[in-house]
Amino acid sequence: MSAPRSDRSPWNWLLVIPIVLPLLTPLYNFDAPRLFGFPAFYWLQLAFIFVGVATTSVVYRMTRRPRVSAAAREAGDE
Amino acid sequence: MSDHITEIVVFTFLFLLVSVMGFLAARWRRPTDMAHLDEWGLGGRSFGGWITWFLVGGDLYTAYTFVAVPALIFGAGAAGFFAVPYTVVIYPLFFLILIRLWSVSHRHGFVTPADFVRTRFDSPLLALLVAITGIVATMPYIALQLVGIEAVLKTMGVTGESALARHAPIIVAFAILAAYTYQSGLRAPALIAFVKDTLIYLVIIVAVLYLPYKLGGWGSIFDDANAKFQASPAPGDGLTLNANNQLQYVTLALGSALALFLYPHSITGVLASRNRNVIKRNMSALPAYSFLLGLIALLGYMAISAGVKPLPGAKAGSVDSNTVVPLLFDQQFPSWFAGIAFAAIGIGALVPAAIMSIAAANLFTRNIYKEYLRKDATHAQEASVAKIASLVVKVGAVAFIIFLDPQFSIDLQLIGGIIILQTAPAVAIGLYTRWLHRNALVAGWAAGMALGLWMLYEIPNAATKRAHFGGSAFPLSKFGFDTPKTIYVGFVAVALNLLIAVVVTLILRAMKTPDGVDGTAPDDYFADEGDPRLEKARTTPETLGSST
Repeated sequence: MSAPRSDRSPWNWLLVIPIVLPLLTPLYNFDAPRLFGFPAFYWLQLAFIFVGVATTSVVYRMTRRPRVSAAAREAGDE
Repeated sequence: MSDHITEIVVFTFLFLLVSVMGFLAARWRRPTDMAHLDEWGLGGRSFGGWITWFLVGGDLYTAYTFVAVPALIFGAGAAGFFAVPYTVVIYPLFFLILIRLWSVSHRHGFVTPADFVRTRFDSPLLALLVAITGIVATMPYIALQLVGIEAVLKTMGVTGESALARHAPIIVAFAILAAYTYQSGLRAPALIAFVKDTLIYLVIIVAVLYLPYKLGGWGSIFDDANAKFQASPAPGDGLTLNANNQLQYVTLALGSALALFLYPHSITGVLASRNRNVIKRNMSALPAYSFLLGLIALLGYMAISAGVKPLPGAKAGSVDSNTVVPLLFDQQFPSWFAGIAFAAIGIGALVPAAIMSIAAANLFTRNIYKEYLRKDATHAQEASVAKIASLVVKVGAVAFIIFLDPQFSIDLQLIGGIIILQTAPAVAIGLYTRWLHRNALVAGWAAGMALGLWMLYEIPNAATKRAHFGGSAFPLSKFGFDTPKTIYVGFVAVALNLLIAVVVTLILRAMKTPDGVDGTAPDDYFADEGDPRLEKARTTPETLGSST
């Protein structure tokens, strides 16, 4: 084994946002303002889903291992 | 029954279609040798992005979820919407934690979380506890999938009065499911999940566009619901949360998320994927299902607005609130489309039921049969034991529904979520550190189990007039706090579990109690596709040291 592999990355801290944000009820426990007839309680929480998608996508892109080494390893395996 | 004939025809056609697919799945992606647990129980660990998306989506978002969450919204309002934060919180956790489990399992050929605990902590006892907890928590979950199908069958009027007539369609459905799961293993639900999810997405997209149009728009749907909650005497319902159930809402969302990723069937779905990138990419794609679930939850409000009255339950005077969504479809959709919607729910029950029974069978085979009954079992023997175990599990689930009050399964599933959480310190924290002593983890598990069960026992339910097991919201006043607030039982139980594990670890470390040998190496937690598999014989600590 060459350099030890690791999962560590400062980008991972972004994932705290979608874990903590949906758990802060004082932020969204309101009826107003309504959006398309949805009370804030509902549309805000549905919006948090997109926050989750955005943060996991960013972290995935930023922490992806270099393609070359993965391909090289696969080639070496066959 | 005659006015449901179109629905029944469409439902039966789609059901038969997926049954044929289930049997053909054995030949899908041509395994070289099916007589191996990796093939039968994990689909060859070969699934790419799309299959994983459908499989895990079909696995986590069960028919019961689709029926019970709107039923909860229908009855209690905002409190039922916890399903949305719950399924937002879970993916970052998968992304960070379960990815390590995939890597270490890939390296060592682990099939179950208990396999990992066995090697990591060098403790057969702890592994056995994790395996039994998993099996016990999964069984009622499978039974609940039948409750989902039953709600649909009841609405179509195909369930008779006598005990046998009431359950005959379910017995037939499950017999077919059992047969193709036996033959095709995890490939069957993976293939059927494509049909299931396509149908579900279709039905829900139509429902959220068409029903608000029929019912006067979203604004008036929410206003109708609000009017119902204003008029009802129950203190906990409403369009938003009140001062007393917010803590419950948050702890339930977080606790359920932690529980869901410890459930054996979620782990089976994740371990079946091909590499780390497949899992990580899916964590950004799977929330599409969370959005779907949020919309499905709101069907509960549509049912209020449409004036749906749930069908009577098993006992006189009770109502089966799980029938509100099927009834809404039955009343509002043309019958051919209602048939498609019912098939979506029915097939939606089969996918998770199959995966759960496979996961339970894997646990039994690896952590009970091979560990205690036949240590030298070959791969072929493992595969055939798992196939039989999956049949036994399904027969057990059907027996649950036929011979026991369905309420009992719901109670057990409630308990299941709480007991599976008690494996968190060993499985989730164990993926990061081995600091917690194996015996301390056993002590923590026992304490968490005892507290969790006691708390559940103490919870009454005013609505159903039951003195015990009335829900998962524990009134803090029972702990002596002067407050009407409630908290999720699992959350308290796992906190105690962790506290005991830490305290006992400190004591055992001070006493220099031996804590076994770690069979895993730090690099195993980052292994990826293409890394060589360590053979089972080589994962003993002595040989591991010389081989790397």
